[in-house]
Amino acid sequence: MERKNNLMTWVDERLPVSSFIKNHLTQYYAPKNFNFLYFFGALAIVLFALQILTGIFLTMHYKPDALHAFASVEYIMRDVSFGWVIRYMHSTGASLFFVVIYMHMFRAIIYGSYKQPRELLWIFGVLIFLLLMAEAFFGYLLPWGQMSYWGAQVIVNLFATVPFIGPDLAEWVRGDYLVSDATLNRFFAFHVIALPLALAGLIFLHLAALHSVGSNNPDGIEIKQTKDKKTGIPLDGIPFHPYYTVKDLIGLTVFLIVFTAIIFFMPEVGGYFLEHNNFVPADPLVTPAHIAPVWYFTPFYSILRAVPPIFNSQFPGVAAMGAAVLILFIVPWLDKSKVKSIRYKGTLYKKWLAAFVLSFLILGYLGTVPSNIWGQIPNFIPILGGLDLATFVARVFTIVYFAFFVLMPFYSKKDKTKPVPKRVTS
Amino acid sequence: MKKNSLIFAIFIFPFFIWNNSYAADGSFHLDNAKIDLNDQHSLQRGARNFINYCLNCHSANYMRYNRLQDIGLSEDEIKKNLLFTADKSGELMNISMDSVEAKKWFGANPPNLTVTARSRGKDWIYTYLRTFYIDDSRELGWNNLVYPNAAMPHVLWELQGTQVYEDNHLSLLKAGILSEQEYDQFVLDTTNYMVFMAEPAKLVRHKIGYFVIGFLVILLILVINLKREFWKDIK
Repeated sequence: MERKNNLMTWVDERLPVSSFIKNHLTQYYAPKNFNFLYFFGALAIVLFALQILTGIFLTMHYKPDALHAFASVEYIMRDVSFGWVIRYMHSTGASLFFVVIYMHMFRAIIYGSYKQPRELLWIFGVLIFLLLMAEAFFGYLLPWGQMSYWGAQVIVNLFATVPFIGPDLAEWVRGDYLVSDATLNRFFAFHVIALPLALAGLIFLHLAALHSVGSNNPDGIEIKQTKDKKTGIPLDGIPFHPYYTVKDLIGLTVFLIVFTAIIFFMPEVGGYFLEHNNFVPADPLVTPAHIAPVWYFTPFYSILRAVPPIFNSQFPGVAAMGAAVLILFIVPWLDKSKVKSIRYKGTLYKKWLAAFVLSFLILGYLGTVPSNIWGQIPNFIPILGGLDLATFVARVFTIVYFAFFVLMPFYSKKDKTKPVPKRVTS
Repeated sequence: MKKNSLIFAIFIFPFFIWNNSYAADGSFHLDNAKIDLNDQHSLQRGARNFINYCLNCHSANYMRYNRLQDIGLSEDEIKKNLLFTADKSGELMNISMDSVEAKKWFGANPPNLTVTARSRGKDWIYTYLRTFYIDDSRELGWNNLVYPNAAMPHVLWELQGTQVYEDNHLSLLKAGILSEQEYDQFVLDTTNYMVFMAEPAKLVRHKIGYFVIGFLVILLILVINLKREFWKDIK
């Protein structure tokens, strides 16, 4: 014991380990009323670590070469000891990362966690979401299947719609006239080092900002406003360790049960996590009849398809898709409500939120299917006659999606809020 | 509680729009291939069928011959009975046909079949191999219901016999070596093997999965109690 204390003192004089543990774990006070939605932040960290770890082992066997990429993935699936577990962990991890991040963002939205003083925390979060989408997109090309190839072709071609510089820009991104070996190599570089590095940095900033302002909670009350007069500890706060470390273990274990159930029993998840067509090697001469992105991009893909071209340019669709993500950055300033949490907001806000969630899910579904899936609107209906019904529905919900944000300053101000209690409720 | 159930409903919503179908080229109804990966005899017969009939034009070169040990064949059996184009059982299932020549002969290069069961699905393979019929308008004299205008001729015609397609109905014009039942079993075995070949790990995946989830369920009970123990003084 004596020796251990000596060692700790020796280290602490040179590196503030003990005070770091105190400030960020044992004497970091988090609100005591977190519900299950607060698991998802910790789960995102675990998934990030898992993706890095499995990614390292995949990189040992994968070959970023258009001639060998597809075969090297099959080599991992067959000849590498437990390579299939590592690969399925990585592919399932990618999809579940988005499930977790979407739940994490949903949580932040319903409890107003982006509101003052947490605007920067939110902005770092949206940046992480953006980079994560890029990371997933680059990674999806690597198996070099048909969906990898044509998905990349479609997305890179979006750059070609930019007025004036578009075609040159797309060529610069690809490094070739079409998606090819050069594209695969640079996407590999972005996927395994550039973006993970940037993500790690942003996650650090996200956590630093969180620990500086403290966590919000389902009541949207600042626990730092009611402190014990003697100790200065928030009355509704409890030390993160051990209370939330043991509680997060429950969330983690439940998550791992879902995670391993997918890995061992349904790794393709019916073609949603691993698309059937991606088991066909990339062929630049054969365009698949139906190109669908992986499920986590489909709400945005739907918005892209829904916006009609203007003057023969697809750019408005691309701009709308970009705006659908970028608009998240300004949410802290769009919300004019006096209260943070949905618990004390009125029915007007709740209706808008429900409409938003519904539109996100419907757009997500429509992005996975061809736009003629529901047939056409009959010709006798003026203006709309002949239009794909699914396209029409996607347009309606694209408008709802944007209206949730654009009209937020008005309905959040008008909304009748309930009085917020001084202390958190259980 | 009402709110939680709403969130739960949102969370499970995707499962209602579940779409398990494979992207089909046509709208032809596929028969359900009732394969059984635990049936080693079926898998072994399928391996024999595949290597004898398919592995001449189609390669399967992500798969190694010695992987057939997973379905109960010994290294000696593989060497003695199944190595036609390879010398060592550790080799990949390559073919000697040149892909450039093949394209000249058939109009399309016969695809690598290693993972076809994952891209097309078992039902597609099972139905495809049973729906060839005579069609004089085609260069090689054969057509297919599942994959119209397929470049592949009916390689198994000696076994199945020759079918004609009239009034939306397939009927046997000339019987083959096998009866209809025997032929269906032949194709089912081959399909079974192709599902195994597409993902050899499938044979062990489920067994490991039960163990892993069993372990996690026990862990869950422990961590729930651990949390209760710590949290009992928090009001």
